[in-house]
Amino acid sequence: MEHIPILRMGEFLLITVQVDMHDRLALQLQDDLTTKIVQCGSRGVLIDISSLEVVDSFIGRMLGNIASMSRILDAQTVVVGMRPAVAITLVELGMSLPGIRTALTVERGMQILRTEVAAIQEDAEAQASEENPGGSPQV
Amino acid sequence: MSTSKIPEILRRNEAALLDDWTAEQRRSIDLTQRLSEAEIRTQSRRFLQLLQEATVRGNVVDTDSEAYREVRRFLEEVSASRAQLGFTPAETATLVFSFKQSLFAQIRSLVPDPVDQVDEIWSATLLLDKLGLYTMEIFQKSREALILRQQQEMLELSTPVVRLWDGVLALPIIGTLDSTRTQTVMENLLEKIVETGSELAIIDITGVPTVDTLTAQHLLKTVTAARLMGAECIISGIRPQIAQTIVHLGVELGDIITKANLADAFRVAMQRTGHTVVRKAMVSAKI
Repeated sequence: MEHIPILRMGEFLLITVQVDMHDRLALQLQDDLTTKIVQCGSRGVLIDISSLEVVDSFIGRMLGNIASMSRILDAQTVVVGMRPAVAITLVELGMSLPGIRTALTVERGMQILRTEVAAIQEDAEAQASEENPGGSPQV
Repeated sequence: MSTSKIPEILRRNEAALLDDWTAEQRRSIDLTQRLSEAEIRTQSRRFLQLLQEATVRGNVVDTDSEAYREVRRFLEEVSASRAQLGFTPAETATLVFSFKQSLFAQIRSLVPDPVDQVDEIWSATLLLDKLGLYTMEIFQKSREALILRQQQEMLELSTPVVRLWDGVLALPIIGTLDSTRTQTVMENLLEKIVETGSELAIIDITGVPTVDTLTAQHLLKTVTAARLMGAECIISGIRPQIAQTIVHLGVELGDIITKANLADAFRVAMQRTGHTVVRKAMVSAKI
């Protein structure tokens, strides 16, 4: 059974799609990824699709699904390096993937993930200190 | 038809036909401005030779046959070159049709029997009509090719993507946005985004005369495609009337940033990319 490798980079997961995605592979990826997020406690997922040349509505939907699933598991998703032709195809198919964050390069994607995760952490801390104004936790 | 005397007439009276025909061409249209008499004569002689060879080898009236390949090629050349020189269709067609008179005159004097004469004239008419129509067809085709090329050039000319700043692209659209143009515009923009790694693109529609639902939809598509790739678009240059139209049409622009002019859009772009523009000194008014 073919797999798309999922690399762990600290608290993020890195997926580089380098083969043509067929439906089985996409489903397998969805399976592997959700397992891996839970296993590693990842906070962010970066999917690099710069080698992906052909998409159909199914793959488009899978990308959306993967993003939604990751969000439920408390991980942010950034899709990176989508080709112009792929973007046009998805738009023509009427899939604007509103829930997905995108970036031009892996570098920018990582940057977005870091700021997002940091912002979420700050939010959580601010909330915690609001609830417990008297005793700030000693570090 | 194989007993037609036309091949023989063509062979025997080549010189007379040529003189007559050249004179006829010069009389019928004012070619002299664009073609010298020597050129007309050379073209006519070449045509006569090829026609004679063709009529000897093949059926006189079957111009689609292999025997007429050289004749057809010659006509293609001449008619394409005349199309480029700006000849009118009538002038181009005259090339072949003016030959009729010369040929008929020869037939009349060389075929005495009235019945044969009618037969010969009929085949000559068929032959020259077919060749004339063929000339027109080629003429039309080369004109169409010209128009198509110009259209293509206009399409490319009208969709430049310019780099305003590091990571900021601008796409000034001028003229009506139809489906074909949007496709080109979209592709150009997206390619350029990848090429330059720009995260912001300003689409300026100052030069778009009218925006209807289709145009708006095309714009939305472009913006969405850019967003999918990780770049954001700002639409600028929305004139008051266009703003009204967009609202009246009920087009939802969603969360796309829109600005009234390019300067405002550029200011937003500078903010987004972390730049500030500061005036260092007041420039005193010089007149």
